[in-house]
Amino acid sequence: MRNPRFVGLLLVAPALLAVGALFVYPLLFSVASAFTSKEGQATLANFARAYELYSVDIAFTLVIVVTSTLLCGLLAIAIGGYLTLGENARAVAILKWLYRWPLFIPFVVAAQCMRTFVAKNGLMNNSLVSLGILEPIQTTSFLDWRGIVITFVWKQTPFVALLVAGAMASLDRSTIEAARNLGAGRLRILVEIVVPQVSSTLVVALILSFVTMMSVLSVPIMISGESPTMMTVDMAFRINAYGDYGTANALGVLSYLMTGAVAWIYLRRGIREGGRP
Amino acid sequence: MTALAWLPRAIVLGLIAFAIFGPLANLALWAAAEQWYFPHKLPVVYGLKFWHQVFKPSSDALASLGTSVVIALLTVAVSLALAVPAGYALARLSLPLRGLIMLAFLLPQAFPSVAVYINVARIFYTLGLNGTIAGVVLVHAVHGLVFAVWIAAAAFAAVDRDLELAARNIGAGALRTFLTVTLPLAAPGIVASAIFVFLESLDEFTGTFFVGVPDVTTLPLLMFTASVAGNYQIAAITALILLVPSVGFMMFVERFLKADVLAKVGA
Repeated sequence: MRNPRFVGLLLVAPALLAVGALFVYPLLFSVASAFTSKEGQATLANFARAYELYSVDIAFTLVIVVTSTLLCGLLAIAIGGYLTLGENARAVAILKWLYRWPLFIPFVVAAQCMRTFVAKNGLMNNSLVSLGILEPIQTTSFLDWRGIVITFVWKQTPFVALLVAGAMASLDRSTIEAARNLGAGRLRILVEIVVPQVSSTLVVALILSFVTMMSVLSVPIMISGESPTMMTVDMAFRINAYGDYGTANALGVLSYLMTGAVAWIYLRRGIREGGRP
Repeated sequence: MTALAWLPRAIVLGLIAFAIFGPLANLALWAAAEQWYFPHKLPVVYGLKFWHQVFKPSSDALASLGTSVVIALLTVAVSLALAVPAGYALARLSLPLRGLIMLAFLLPQAFPSVAVYINVARIFYTLGLNGTIAGVVLVHAVHGLVFAVWIAAAAFAAVDRDLELAARNIGAGALRTFLTVTLPLAAPGIVASAIFVFLESLDEFTGTFFVGVPDVTTLPLLMFTASVAGNYQIAAITALILLVPSVGFMMFVERFLKADVLAKVGA
């Protein structure tokens, strides 16, 4: 009984069991249910129906999430890059104070903010009209897939930027100084020296953001609940309106496959770089 | 000349500030508006009528705030009960497959969760846990467990081993050493993880949406219902209530989560 390994496992077991019972089991349950008909036979009919009804939304989900992830990455590199290479201490301090705000704001609240901000008569259009940049007739509502992208980027960029800026701050400054002495511009230093060295942090942050966006239900419902929308909305609709677990779980399996594909790209890249993911 | 050199910077920083605070300003305007309709660019009548409605003793909003806080406190209790022993074991005891165990806690954040919650709700329905506080607490606790376990493990790992050895040398037992030396030293990190779990639970929407229906209404669910029903003032005021702890945490997180603990998270 004095064996420390045994004691250690005993201490970890309750937490592991909780994850197993309340996450892994339902996850496997959803996969099994996706491949089972109402009569309990193995079938692919659920996937056929999911594709037939929601192929547009499946494509939209991919477009929305991939676009948002890429925009988050670009903006995070820009923010992190300026925080690392910026020469004006005051501007760096202001940016550092500014960019973090959406980080801890809940997705439901972000969705409510954007639902009013990017609407046809929202503060964004009103400000542009007041400044004389837009004519009232030119204003459009962004409450469709673009609004979902805007909300995701607004909410998720600070998270990616926080991790990327942290990684950039811990870089060895000597390579940056050497490049600067050789006359390289700041943009070139960022693209050729800084970003390659923080790429693994960047990719991890982007994959976590990708999964988060695939999981969020409130933002797509509140910004654009009508078709074309995201698969999360369709899953909730199949359950709440029809109790149709088969189709909902088939869509769920497709969402696992999408994140699985992203994770696989990451792992393969890790192996190519010498087995260190 | 220096003023002119600031111009491009000021424009870019101004645009960023507008992009970040614009949506929040729109929310604040809605919270203070009594009447606001097209084509007015700003509220027509300002007032606190809807604040009285939200904060009157019999309101749904106060009841759901209470539900949210009770659920979040219970979630913290459940997570810490699971995470403190697990974190200690991961930090101090030699475990087989330690890396895999650490990763297992990340699973709930590594898969899109909507389909999982649908099936949790289905399983809970057969167990009579659907629509109960207990069911919602369990779902929140597992979702937040990765922060609780990883931060607890980092906090224990940052405790100086020599202090524990000194306590053991003067005759304290393993449990007494843990309770009087290790746990107090790791406490700031554990408090940080508790705040993290509390906020995750307070803000959680998707799990509650599926598992809590129809009897458990938390504040995010009430906000969602108000917003979808077009009641923007109530939605904005409840959203502001949800913002207070989140922004407060952002201000003070560095006070609790010291750099020596932060550096060990996930390691």
